[in-house]
Amino acid sequence: MQTNKDVNEIKKALGKKGAYGPDIEMEKYKEGTYTPEQIKDLSKTSEDVKDRLIDVGIIASEADRSGTIVFIDNGMSHCSNKIQEGVEILSTKKALAKYDWLKEYNWKAMDPAKDKYTAKSYLEDSDGYFVWVKAGYHIKNPVQTCMLLNKDKSIQNLHNIIIVDEGASLEIITGCTTSKHADESLHVGVSEIYIKDDASLSFSMIHNWGKDTAVRPRTVAILGKNSKYVNNYVLLNPVGTLQSFPVAYLNGEGGTCRYNTICLAHKGSDIDTGGSIVLNAPNTSAEIMSRSITRGGRMVTRGRLVGNAPGVKAHLECRSIVLEDGGVTLAIPELETSVADVEMTHEAAVGKIARDQIEYLMSRGISEDDAVSMIVRGFLVGGIKGLPDNLRKEIDDAVEKANFGN
Amino acid sequence: MLEIKNLHVEAGEREILKGVNLKVEEGETCILFGPNGSGKSTLLAAIMGYGYCKITDGQILFRDVDITNMSVDQRAKLGIGMMMQRPPNVVGVKLGTLVQAAAQGDTCVLDKSDEFRMGNFLQRDVNVGFSGGEIKRSELLQLTAQKPSFVLLDEPESGVDLESIDLIGEKVHDLLYTNKCKTPEREGRVSSLVITHTGQILDYIGADKAYVMGDGIIRCSGRPMDILKDIRERGYGECDSCKLIKM
Repeated sequence: MQTNKDVNEIKKALGKKGAYGPDIEMEKYKEGTYTPEQIKDLSKTSEDVKDRLIDVGIIASEADRSGTIVFIDNGMSHCSNKIQEGVEILSTKKALAKYDWLKEYNWKAMDPAKDKYTAKSYLEDSDGYFVWVKAGYHIKNPVQTCMLLNKDKSIQNLHNIIIVDEGASLEIITGCTTSKHADESLHVGVSEIYIKDDASLSFSMIHNWGKDTAVRPRTVAILGKNSKYVNNYVLLNPVGTLQSFPVAYLNGEGGTCRYNTICLAHKGSDIDTGGSIVLNAPNTSAEIMSRSITRGGRMVTRGRLVGNAPGVKAHLECRSIVLEDGGVTLAIPELETSVADVEMTHEAAVGKIARDQIEYLMSRGISEDDAVSMIVRGFLVGGIKGLPDNLRKEIDDAVEKANFGN
Repeated sequence: MLEIKNLHVEAGEREILKGVNLKVEEGETCILFGPNGSGKSTLLAAIMGYGYCKITDGQILFRDVDITNMSVDQRAKLGIGMMMQRPPNVVGVKLGTLVQAAAQGDTCVLDKSDEFRMGNFLQRDVNVGFSGGEIKRSELLQLTAQKPSFVLLDEPESGVDLESIDLIGEKVHDLLYTNKCKTPEREGRVSSLVITHTGQILDYIGADKAYVMGDGIIRCSGRPMDILKDIRERGYGECDSCKLIKM
């Protein structure tokens, strides 16, 4: 393990609560499995597993995908790379054994002592996925990664590294989900993302948990000159508690970063999400867009933009619809700078779904339920740029299933 | 076709309609005149069933069915359609999607969207950033898809430039007389109740009857051209002293 930090300090961090969200007693969870079933052909796995994969955007046949890596609990279960040239897909551990230089990226973006979850991951020497696109390669079809929690009342602990080298581009679709019987588990996933000069990454994360699952993803991205990073996060099904606050550092001139967050807080769900973008280099730009719907749950959307260089342009937009009384909706937009030459804006809006819009659609012969669904679907994706088509489809399906009219 | 009896409506905690009585016969085109704030738009919205219009007394009958407490979509399914003056923006819902939903699977209108100069708008969010004329054309495209047997038109010509007025007029005409998408079983003319201030739309449709509204009631009725001429010459002030006030 590579870090500049003293191990004792990291051990101490095991007691350090997360900055946001309810604290989770990690002691009450069992250790996750390290040797899961090995799945050679995803399309031949059990229907239960296949259904869960489909729900988070993972295509079992791997059609139109460059490669797939699947983790079940704490161990790798499947890994395939259909194109080989230009992209490497491995488990983090295998990659560290294969490439000595990787130690310069291992636990370098993420501070292991950030909180108890990262400390746990570090001290357990968690495995995870490693995706590396070599310089100059444009990988046409997405790489799909999946993290499935299969053992009930256990901790899933993963550590992923993504590197998009100079001038390369990649799209990743990552789905995280639980088996039906493993509702009461904890997912911790640490992801370190490096996007080099002139490189681009579109990273879409779809979550689909059980109603009692606890989820603590930890993500840091570091961007080079003229690089581009789009981070989409979609959570539309019930969850116990989820707290995520990814951070991106725009360290090279001209870099751009965009976070799109689309969430639905059902009754009993506690969701605290959003993220931060730190614009450290001149003429960088960022946008944080969040669309959420509260249906009796707790929904906190955070957004934090920090402008540390001249010519920075950044915008933050949180919009929430409160569908019914009860629950909590909290929008916390923050802008911070000490530089004069920046342009940073935010807008936030919380309210009910507009009655006049529903009735307008109804006046065309559309039922009230269908009108509400159309508006909700439109609200969730309207004005959001960089959303892959299959994500839109996931959202459509989830809205359909959620049956908002009732 | 439509009969309104002693209709009282509150909107924003204020009584706007104070006992409206009005009839539109099958196949008839009726014009509704009246000064700003007299309750014309509220009357149309109440017929369509919009929630902000609270009916406190009276009845609305459509083809002898009491629709006073029906939901908006039920009324639409019975054959009532409305062209709003200022419809709301619906972010994220494409015009093409809405037109298709209104047409209930009949895609014939979508193919005709260019005739409405709306072909490039089908992929845009409904009404978002539309100009005055674009809103009218979008409303007419939706109504044409919907094929109502009774239409409520709220100032179809307002905010439309002189060049576009011909297209709007023609499409309103088609909607009332020759809706080309109409199913063969629907015979005869479409009935309508049309609000107009300028009377410009009367160059394109033949009106059978006109009502004048003032302060929440129907003040008088008569032949549309006669009434329009009176209003043009003497304004609405005359209504207050008019002996014909009782219909």
